[in-house]
Amino acid sequence: MKLVAVSAGLSEPSSTRLLADRLLEAARRHLEADGDRHPVEVRVVELRDLAVDIANAFVTGFPGARLRAAIEAVTEADGLIAVTPVFTASYSGLFKSFFDVVEPDALAGKPVLIAATGGTARHSLALEHAMRPLFAYLRAVVVPTAVYAASEDWGGGGDAFTDGLGERIGRAAGELAALVSGRPRQAAEKDAEKDVVKAVEKAAGQVEEVVPFEQQLAALRP
Amino acid sequence: MQFGVFSVGDVTMDPTTGRTPTEHERIKAMVTIAQKAEEVGLDVFATGEHHNPPFVPSSPTTMLGYIAARTERLVLSTATTLITTNDPVKIAEDFAMLQHLADGRVDLMLGRGNTGPVYPWFGQDIRQGIPLAIENYALLHKLWREDVVDWEGRFRTPLQGFTSTPRPLDGVPPFVWHGSIRSPEIAEQAAYYGDGFFANNIFWPKEHFIRLITLYRQRYAHYGHGTPEQAIVGLGGQVFMRKNSQDAVREFRPYFDNAPVYGHGPSLEDFMDETPLTVGSPQQVIDRTLTFREHFGDYQRQLFLMDHAGLPLKTVLEQLDILGEEVVPVLRREFAKDRPAQVPDAPTHASLTAAAQTSATV
Repeated sequence: MKLVAVSAGLSEPSSTRLLADRLLEAARRHLEADGDRHPVEVRVVELRDLAVDIANAFVTGFPGARLRAAIEAVTEADGLIAVTPVFTASYSGLFKSFFDVVEPDALAGKPVLIAATGGTARHSLALEHAMRPLFAYLRAVVVPTAVYAASEDWGGGGDAFTDGLGERIGRAAGELAALVSGRPRQAAEKDAEKDVVKAVEKAAGQVEEVVPFEQQLAALRP
Repeated sequence: MQFGVFSVGDVTMDPTTGRTPTEHERIKAMVTIAQKAEEVGLDVFATGEHHNPPFVPSSPTTMLGYIAARTERLVLSTATTLITTNDPVKIAEDFAMLQHLADGRVDLMLGRGNTGPVYPWFGQDIRQGIPLAIENYALLHKLWREDVVDWEGRFRTPLQGFTSTPRPLDGVPPFVWHGSIRSPEIAEQAAYYGDGFFANNIFWPKEHFIRLITLYRQRYAHYGHGTPEQAIVGLGGQVFMRKNSQDAVREFRPYFDNAPVYGHGPSLEDFMDETPLTVGSPQQVIDRTLTFREHFGDYQRQLFLMDHAGLPLKTVLEQLDILGEEVVPVLRREFAKDRPAQVPDAPTHASLTAAAQTSATV
């Protein structure tokens, strides 16, 4: 079982990374509390470290080795936690750029928890107006609770109307864990879906799949 | 094994002088490069096809016909011919005509084209790229093999009693390569017909192309054309050479840094690590090119990109001298070593004609 968090925080230390860590830890605890589950592997992808690789991928059209490894970690995860600072009323450009170099269908069906940080709570709906549509386009399954942490949330609790940050993290992580543990294994699902033949390159263990040509041709007959 | 050059045909400013050649100069330079390729002992010249600036080769068969008249031995090809936006009937006619004029020294490489607006400019939809490639080639294949064609498809006016003229030289259609950077469907198409598969191999890491070529080889065998090792594979490559590798790097770096496709991105060194680009001594180019066989298996055609990114004609011609004199003779010798006897050479008009006669007498 693999959980991956993508953090687009830029400063070090970063409150975006802090939120990513807390969400990851909460989700791991939920999954492990589930009982007879496999051990949960967690990993954080820091986009700051990949900023130049991401820009280069735009220029060359392919991701370099380090970025490739990060993309693989994200696309192979059983659950994804995506955290960005809010810049200019939306996710940061770096955050968007990373998801721009991920293949458009690579996150289809993946459970995703979205979260964001900002200097003021006034930007919290950026999660609903920007982040959620982005993952809806990618056909990911986004959990109902999105977690926004404004500066004051790190030093305050809830009130009569709103849960505090800790409670919201717990609720969102629980929703993600429920979705991840209730979900069939990804590979099996994918194979059953398509009528494909596979070619396997033994040395490199590389696999390429294709729909047989007669079927492609038949689909075009008038 | 065949060696040659392929050209994108870009008109690009030389970043070291600030000078941009005219379209006329660039077109004539491409012709000079093709003639030089023959002079230094290369086997193939291939031109791209583009329909937007800053590229000049919109009409490949016109250019190749002119080159055919000025060469004796060189095989004339494309890299690529757009099977999506050209009318397959016109491709059938143009290349059959070229084949007659060039006495059979012609093959072609089909590709889809990745310039979005070209599709609507020619009345097509880029989202139909793969279906267009499949249907248009099915028609092209038929037009070259059946004298009278009745045909109806999804993308083009139906044909009743149509004969594409001239008929292919000696009744043998030009050999077809299918080029693809991304799509397993195209590798599958090449395998289905027993055609060649060309992996551009320039701009992407080799692992990507290993997957496509493995698929092509296994499916080639599946469709009964031979063993996976007998499938017809072509590869691109990109090199810049000087006697001392430091001189090559120093001279090429401004061209790399400002190149239209990958300039202003990764460093030359990183790009050399990630892709087959080799900038260095002739020996480094030899060593790197020989690794292609380890990655992709014994193959039939190696094309180098030599004339892009604003390199002046004089430099390109010097590069071709080095390629022809110091690199390719060694590559021919080394690639011939331990090459299994059953691995065929790239098909030519002569070999295809002989094969057709054999199967006719049987």
